[in-house]
Amino acid sequence: MKLKTLFSALCLVSLSFVQSSAFALEKPKNSVIKMSTTTSTENSGLLKFLLPKFEEKTGYSVQVIAVGSGKALKMGEDGDVDVVLSHAPAAEKEFVEKGFGDKRYPVMYNDFVVLGPEADPAGIKELKSTAESFAKIAETKSPFISRGDDSGTHKKELKIWETAKIKPEGEWYREAGDGMEKVIQMSGELNAYTLADRGTWLAVMNKSPLKILHEGDKELFNPYGIMAVSQKRYPDINHDGAQALIDWMVSEEGQAAIASFKVNDMVLFTPNADKADASAKETPAKVQ
Amino acid sequence: MEALVQASQDALSLLFSGDKELWEIVGISFQVSLLALIIAIPPALLLAFALAYGQFVGRRFLIALFSTMLSVPTVVIGLTLYVLLSRQGPLGEWRLLFTQTAMMLGQITLAFPMLVSIGHSALQAADRRAWETARTLGASRLRALLTVTYEVRFGLLAAVLASFGRIISEVGASMMLGGNILHHTRNIPTAIALETSKGEFAQGIALGLVLLVMALALNVLLHHFQGKGYVGS
Repeated sequence: MKLKTLFSALCLVSLSFVQSSAFALEKPKNSVIKMSTTTSTENSGLLKFLLPKFEEKTGYSVQVIAVGSGKALKMGEDGDVDVVLSHAPAAEKEFVEKGFGDKRYPVMYNDFVVLGPEADPAGIKELKSTAESFAKIAETKSPFISRGDDSGTHKKELKIWETAKIKPEGEWYREAGDGMEKVIQMSGELNAYTLADRGTWLAVMNKSPLKILHEGDKELFNPYGIMAVSQKRYPDINHDGAQALIDWMVSEEGQAAIASFKVNDMVLFTPNADKADASAKETPAKVQ
Repeated sequence: MEALVQASQDALSLLFSGDKELWEIVGISFQVSLLALIIAIPPALLLAFALAYGQFVGRRFLIALFSTMLSVPTVVIGLTLYVLLSRQGPLGEWRLLFTQTAMMLGQITLAFPMLVSIGHSALQAADRRAWETARTLGASRLRALLTVTYEVRFGLLAAVLASFGRIISEVGASMMLGGNILHHTRNIPTAIALETSKGEFAQGIALGLVLLVMALALNVLLHHFQGKGYVGS
């Protein structure tokens, strides 16, 4: 009867929906590259600027999952993504050594800056070394907000505390467990100090009351690397796609594109793919 | 205050200028949630029916179980499915993590207990004689089921709407399972979370408005179907 026809029609419609979108659309085709990366590359707008150029040229489409570097590498370890772009050199080295990735290609760098309220209650403006600045912040118990999310920035911050021989704890030290923009926002609201990568800072500085209070120490160098997830470990991974993306990133064209990316008229990342590195393709990309 | 007014104005102009990215996000949200709902409804309502009309061991336990599942945090469901669907997990072979299908699975898992629980309450309230009469008059089991369903259609519609409201607005499971990938798995709630973290309040507010307007429209629709909205004849 009427109800019955309606019901079967509904079933048919839902089935055809499932067919067309859930399966046809989701079937892992090799034209899709999944990349996990840090929040700084995605939220600064860099990838939105770079990837369409790559996609247009090669026909691949790149799906970006932006999390902290620690988690991004973990996704690579688990084989849930094809390629990882991160900024945590020590962790990246371990990632490659343990066989999760083939090789780390340097892509670009920028640097970290220490942000704080303009009044600079801890008085770090004149200090030369980052460790000294951190020590002063701890000593004066000025509020400091840590990423607390195992990201590249968080790892760097912990390393600086280590250099300063300080175990940060107490009411003044707060772990946010959130992305860079959010932490800069929180620091602005709470008049706190924080460590940020320059890329993200330049992208959000117009909305923040904070100022750069410390920069330029070589300890604050912030290199980015890209790694294809090992095909030996995960044979059905989109390794060709991952390698194509890497090749493009370190190519002259990709590097020039990175150098031309600007926010508020300022260059955010400096390309530094080592040409010798890029051409020496002894990686198992073509072995298969 | 000024910032809020400014952000709201920007939000409205974003909405009405037909910002492509914004409407694409809205589209993804609806596509995923509607499909999840359509897939979840038939088995959930059959189960609700079995719970209301069947006599079997563990029936009461199942009712309690589904009621309990209503209060499981969405992030816990997200995490559980993430572990299952990750390459390292038992269902890793399906390669579903960070796809719309994974988001759909999360939303089905969220909607299912709600449909069962509220659906069961609605069916329970129906007069059992409707079923018995239909059967005595020679209706097949399916036909009798449809008759009873028709009797309590408003209660069931409420279950569907409540479930839809839950899944289209949840952020935890979608963020974990979809990965918030632009053009692909970025839906309204995850986009709002992202834009807020970037300090881009206008787009967040615009998307929030879409959700609000949609909720209002659904409720008006429900009231329309329910007719007068008060008890009487």
